Amino acid sequence: MVLDVKNISFSYDDELIFDNISFSVDKGDVLCILGPNGTGKTTLIKCLNRIHEIDSGEILIDGKDIKDLSFAQISRHIGYIPQSHIPTFPFSVFDVVLMGRAPYLNLTDTPKKEDEEIALNALKTLGIEDLKDKEYTNLSGGERQLVFLARILCQQPDILILDEPTSHLDFGNQIKLLEIIDNLAKSGLSIIMSSHFPDHAFLSSTKVAIMKDKSFIDFGKPDDVVTEENLRKAYSIDVKLINIDDNRKVCVPLKTNLKLGDIK
Amino acid sequence: MDKENKEIISLVLLVFLPIILFFASFLMGRYPISPVDVVKTILSPLFPQLTVSSTVNTIVWQIRLPRILAALLVGASLAMAGTAFQGIFKNPLVSSDLLGVSNGAGFGAALAILLSGSSVVIQLFAFVFGIISVSITYLISKAYKAGGILILVLSGVAISAFFNSLISGIKFIADPEDKLPEIVYWLMGSLASVTMNEIIMIIIPLFIGFIILYLLRWQMNILAMGDEEAQSLGLNPSRVRLIIIAACTLLTSAAVSISGIIGWIGMIIPHMARMIVGPDNKVLLPASLSLGASFLLLIDNISRVVISIEIPIGILTAVIGVPIFLYLLRRGYSEWS
Repeated sequence: MVLDVKNISFSYDDELIFDNISFSVDKGDVLCILGPNGTGKTTLIKCLNRIHEIDSGEILIDGKDIKDLSFAQISRHIGYIPQSHIPTFPFSVFDVVLMGRAPYLNLTDTPKKEDEEIALNALKTLGIEDLKDKEYTNLSGGERQLVFLARILCQQPDILILDEPTSHLDFGNQIKLLEIIDNLAKSGLSIIMSSHFPDHAFLSSTKVAIMKDKSFIDFGKPDDVVTEENLRKAYSIDVKLINIDDNRKVCVPLKTNLKLGDIK
Repeated sequence: MDKENKEIISLVLLVFLPIILFFASFLMGRYPISPVDVVKTILSPLFPQLTVSSTVNTIVWQIRLPRILAALLVGASLAMAGTAFQGIFKNPLVSSDLLGVSNGAGFGAALAILLSGSSVVIQLFAFVFGIISVSITYLISKAYKAGGILILVLSGVAISAFFNSLISGIKFIADPEDKLPEIVYWLMGSLASVTMNEIIMIIIPLFIGFIILYLLRWQMNILAMGDEEAQSLGLNPSRVRLIIIAACTLLTSAAVSISGIIGWIGMIIPHMARMIVGPDNKVLLPASLSLGASFLLLIDNISRVVISIEIPIGILTAVIGVPIFLYLLRRGYSEWS
């Protein structure tokens, strides 16, 4: 197993966010974490690379406890793209991607020629070399997400953690990004992402977890986990699963006939 | 091609501007000295056969050289610290005295003037209290559990205000005949009476500060992406930030200890440099050093040449800096959100 998560719990101040969660991710796996707003998907994800420290349990990368690893060591295994990014300075796309080399450089080093080549290759892999000299602050949401993906490729990790990677993307770019994720997994990376779209689980995932009420209510293969019953439990609405194209499923939320004043 | 040419031109400019200004500044002043005499005087320790009059010798070595060096060093320090602070606090509006260093140093100087008045003591107190005030700011932010950047900046504001009121207290009890004007004059900032000994005293802290910031300049880019991303890229954000704050504090306290409080350099120079070379700190930090040194030297030259009374340089940096800043804002940051 590339990543083993065993019985982890986390509280923020005195409020328990999640309790006793376990799962594992293998090479080439895409794990999609679904769940309603505010259940702690983001918090869970941030525990995996020690941005938050878990209260109990253990997280193992290649059998090593992350508590015993430095931030630099963790960052050579795990790349991370946050849900949103607030830009301050208009760095060039190339400079942003090059930051992915930081895990391999000493504190007082600056990137070398070979680091620049790796950064350039990452841009080429995603087909965005033409953005190289543009300011990353002036890109569209889709382009910027690709730039951050290029940065974590440049980081050469085994595991990518993506917090709602499609949330700022339009309809078409969402599918394109999921296909890129699929390709990256096929090239041997393990990917953990959170999402608000159960459909996405069918498009690219090998594993799905549904998180609700401080824990996973189900975990396993997409076909077994993304069911009408589970989705009803997770989102408190009725959902219809429909087969299209022979073996692809989509989820359609049904109207709840909610009236103003009924909102709880 | 055009873009590369522009880069080369700006690099050449940034390297030669302070050097040209350095030599040109020896020509400025009430007593006229010819360029030939300046070159002769500067080379005379190496070539004893070159002789110049003792008046010229004294003016070049004891009056103009210390002042020129002080302007270059103070300008470079404030600009570099300002650039580093804007980077690590992810905010283009902060300056080198964000964490209270200037008011701390001002209080130290005022206290020293009140107690003794010897220039060595004033310098030492200013330096030490600059460091103390930033340390208090930092410790307060650490004492709170939520200790993020916002808490640090807010405690900086509070500590600044605190030392500012202590300065007012000292002004209130200082003798209005001699001590009070001296305090007020120190707080306005001036390079007029800087001596070679004072400069030698700050060389080591300045050198340490310059080296640390220079070595960490690329990591500053990563800190500017925010703490969580920086950590996911393998950095320990709060540790790197602390090292950079320490280096900036050494630089600003040392600079302020010989010049008094000089505003605006640490705020506008980073912006000017960013417009010329872009936001990558690898280039931006050295560019700020060069521009900061040149800018303060130029302003100091103006302050001692243009009008017959010498204007405190802290006033001039604001009077000249503010319009430049507003112009830059209009031109360059219209696309910023």
